[in-house]
Amino acid sequence: LRKNVEDFTGPRERSDLGFVTFDITADILNGKNDWQTFIFDWNVKQLFLYLSAEYSTKNNALNQVVLWDKIMLRGDNPRLFLKDMKSKYFFFDDGNGLKGNRNITLTLSWNVVPNAGILPLVTGSGHVSVPFPDTYETTKSY
Amino acid sequence: MRTFMSEKPKLKSSRCQGLNLRFYEKESLGFLNGNWLAEMPVFECCSTSPLLFFSGSMEPAFHRGDLLFLTNRIEDPIRVGEIVVFRIEGREIPIVHRVLKIHEKQNGDIKFLTKGDNNAVDDRGLYKRGQHWLEKKDVVGRARGFVPYIGIVTILMNDYPKFKYAVLFLLGLFVLVHRE
Repeated sequence: LRKNVEDFTGPRERSDLGFVTFDITADILNGKNDWQTFIFDWNVKQLFLYLSAEYSTKNNALNQVVLWDKIMLRGDNPRLFLKDMKSKYFFFDDGNGLKGNRNITLTLSWNVVPNAGILPLVTGSGHVSVPFPDTYETTKSY
Repeated sequence: MRTFMSEKPKLKSSRCQGLNLRFYEKESLGFLNGNWLAEMPVFECCSTSPLLFFSGSMEPAFHRGDLLFLTNRIEDPIRVGEIVVFRIEGREIPIVHRVLKIHEKQNGDIKFLTKGDNNAVDDRGLYKRGQHWLEKKDVVGRARGFVPYIGIVTILMNDYPKFKYAVLFLLGLFVLVHRE
């Protein structure tokens, strides 16, 4: 699992707004057993994948923001090879905790939706830590 | 959404009838219809309660008529990606959507935002006027598992009253025939 990002913050109203572009290279496998098996077994209808950013700020001990999500249906290729993706959702902080925040962790997770049964949430192995710059950008276009 | 809400009284009665039917057919399961657009009492039994989907806001994962099983352990932390069932203050209608953002303080106070998988925007438009976040107290349960299609009979009965009467009629007939 690999993610590369480039980001910058922009002031919006009174809260920090972060802009993140990322690449995702991933192979979604079912690692529950000792051997890696194909994730789409007979009881998997779809996967709800999401890229979330987790970080701490002065205001809040834990923040998690979903930047991007995707529904992968049974039959879709479980390999992801995405480049230069922009976040689907606005990455607003609750306050000004993004500026100068050196440690934003991005992780890819997914919710396994079975045909019937339990709905587990799985986190992919591999994550990326990205820092936000100390200054705001006002002129860069996204 | 509005037309559905104006049908509240009708829904109440059909829901009760749905309950009776259910108890007749499956005596052990005490379950209730819950949904996104109409009234729904939730029974907490054995720390899980089932809930029926009436809308398409979580497609293609869940469809109308799917039955969802919930837990409501307070100590479970709310994290993004989880499917939570919540109630908006002043409304009895519970909504089943996914958590999109959380901001949690050191002391455990948390505020979070939700969105339906099949909706283009987050749920802020659904919250109370002036409300931007949900809190722990709004959560009714967490989705843990589900069974598809089971509730389709109740959905059909809500959408097509004639069908409901037909089912009741047949059931009554069945009871009468068996009594002899």
